[in-house]
Amino acid sequence: MSAARSLGSGAAIRLVAGRELRTRLLSKGFVWITVAFVVIVVLGGLLLKITGSSSSAEHVAVTAETSSAAASIKASAAGVGVEVETQEVADRAAGEDLLRSGDVDALVVATNPSLDVVVKQTLDDPLTSVFGSLAQQLALSSAVTQLGGDPAAVAQDIATAAPSIVALEPEPERDAGQIVAGIVVGILLFVALMNAGQLVAQGVVEEKSSRVVELLLATLRPWQLMAGKVLGIGAVGLIQLVLVVGAAVASALGFGVLDSTSLDVGSVALWSLVWFVVGFAMFALVLAALAALVSRQEDIGSVTGPVIALMIVPYIIGISIAPYDPENTLVVVLSFVPFAAPFVMPIRQALGTADGWEVAVSLGLSIALIPVLVWLAGRIYSNAVLHAGGRVRLKDALTSR
Amino acid sequence: MPSLEIDALDKTYGTVRALRGMTFDVRAGEIFGFVGSNGAGKSTTMRIVLGVLAQDAGEVRWDGRPLDPDTRRRIGYMPEERGLYPRMKVGDQLVYLARLHGMETAAARASMERWTETLGIAERRGDDVLKLSLGNQQRVQLAAALVHEPDILVLDEPFSGLDPVAVDVMSGVLREQADAGRPVVFSSHQLELVERLSDRVGIVRAGSMVALGGIDELRRTPNRRWSVDGPPGAAWAADVPAVRVVASTGTSTIVEADESAPADVDQTVLQAALAAGPVREFTVVRPSLTELYRDVVTADEPTDTQEGAA
Repeated sequence: MSAARSLGSGAAIRLVAGRELRTRLLSKGFVWITVAFVVIVVLGGLLLKITGSSSSAEHVAVTAETSSAAASIKASAAGVGVEVETQEVADRAAGEDLLRSGDVDALVVATNPSLDVVVKQTLDDPLTSVFGSLAQQLALSSAVTQLGGDPAAVAQDIATAAPSIVALEPEPERDAGQIVAGIVVGILLFVALMNAGQLVAQGVVEEKSSRVVELLLATLRPWQLMAGKVLGIGAVGLIQLVLVVGAAVASALGFGVLDSTSLDVGSVALWSLVWFVVGFAMFALVLAALAALVSRQEDIGSVTGPVIALMIVPYIIGISIAPYDPENTLVVVLSFVPFAAPFVMPIRQALGTADGWEVAVSLGLSIALIPVLVWLAGRIYSNAVLHAGGRVRLKDALTSR
Repeated sequence: MPSLEIDALDKTYGTVRALRGMTFDVRAGEIFGFVGSNGAGKSTTMRIVLGVLAQDAGEVRWDGRPLDPDTRRRIGYMPEERGLYPRMKVGDQLVYLARLHGMETAAARASMERWTETLGIAERRGDDVLKLSLGNQQRVQLAAALVHEPDILVLDEPFSGLDPVAVDVMSGVLREQADAGRPVVFSSHQLELVERLSDRVGIVRAGSMVALGGIDELRRTPNRRWSVDGPPGAAWAADVPAVRVVASTGTSTIVEADESAPADVDQTVLQAALAAGPVREFTVVRPSLTELYRDVVTADEPTDTQEGAA
């Protein structure tokens, strides 16, 4: 006949993967999810920028009589780690107007004999400690003066007095930027892997429930179909992640929110892509094999449930413990365990608390498992995918033929 | 001439023996009608031919060689359970399937355009399969079987669910394909259609072939029958030796000659009838495929020993 008939495995897999790419990239679901993620990431960067620059400085107003205390207020604020900006108002009435409009947080009306502060409703915690220490200092000053000493010298000594602390096991240094990056990487990887994994499972069942698989397998080998599907959807997921991570890096750099952090944003971004590829390969193979056991979309949950749990647990642990306690034993162990590593290790890397050898070992363990999964998934998929009707038991799919 | 040979296929599902020594062949250029009740093994046989199912024993050959994936890629297949991607455009879907069978993109596109035109679904190329009527989905399914210009056609119930016009289109396509020198196997429960369309017919029961041959061959019975529209049989039939009246209603009489009758007994019958009065119609009566089928399929289940001898 006229048409060429040879179709190598490579060409067959490319065709299947190409179809997945085309149909998924053009689907409304993909476009909207990607756009939504990019928007969220950019808005998140913008939010960090705004909250970061306006910093949470406290505004304290002083009257003409108390303006001499402005320096003391700032000094004691610095002592307790609070940033305070002072401004002088003409009199108490003017200060109260500012309080009511919310332009200042507190108004100091007297320092002697006692420290009198006016607020709108309540004094917030940072200022409470500022004024608390200021009041003690003022009391101390008047006592020192009565005893004939020099309050300024005493104040100086007190301000500079600090304990010297030696840590036996110092906690790794990490800053806010790294913590935010860790959380963002954790969330992004989880959503991307979950999303792409579900697409694989749904795609397999779609072919089974629409019976098109019979037509496909009249010309393709089962493993070619599975490989094409996994590669195609993997590429779709990777493209999505590249767009979102790209947007995250661009907005972080563009808004300059990384100026005060030691976060290496480029390497964190690259590593999250690497972990996506490794994690996707593992989960996609397992999900494709399990999805082939059922024939209806409604039944997907019954076979993929345990795998989803396998994704959720390390994700929760990674994102809720790692950023605050990176050396937690559970976190460290999970960052090596295949299937859990793609969720936990990138968080540790973003926090800057994973050594190079740790990453290499963890990655090696996961990659070593992939050939086993390919074999296992290929076998289950091939044996189960043409069984229409009821659910195929995993044991039967593994042992038949 | 190459032919598709199905040779002694056996298949067991659990405790059910779906095929027992299924054997037949389909020659290039002929339409082979495959009939049998539900569960007799038609679909199982076709699925084994396509390699979607593995047989326990037996072999399928094309041109004397066992089928391999490259040969199977040259088969056009319409599965019993229709299957297409519901949310994929008709045109894209057909091009994709043609390419999976090894066609170049340009050739695949041209072929898709030709077949959608032929099957009257050209204006639906841009629609998702999901949005088509069942009849049109069926046409797309046939296009999917034909789009890669197959050398062999295996169609499981291609006529089910088609309207009369579509049946004519489908019949025409099958005839064209056979005339182009391709073997065409199709199964159907519409026996009149099978009778009209097929060059040869195979009747299956319980996983093996129980009757196989050309339509005329199958319909030829040892006792020949004629239908005479004219004077009632009682008036003349007794005069013809070795002939008896089987049925008689009004002016219509059916007579049967037994095996001892001479070859030209039909002429003697006609002359006897004409002698008794005017004859308006004189035709040979042969059992229809439907009658044959009923005979074969409702016959008692053969015992295993009989089957072994057959």
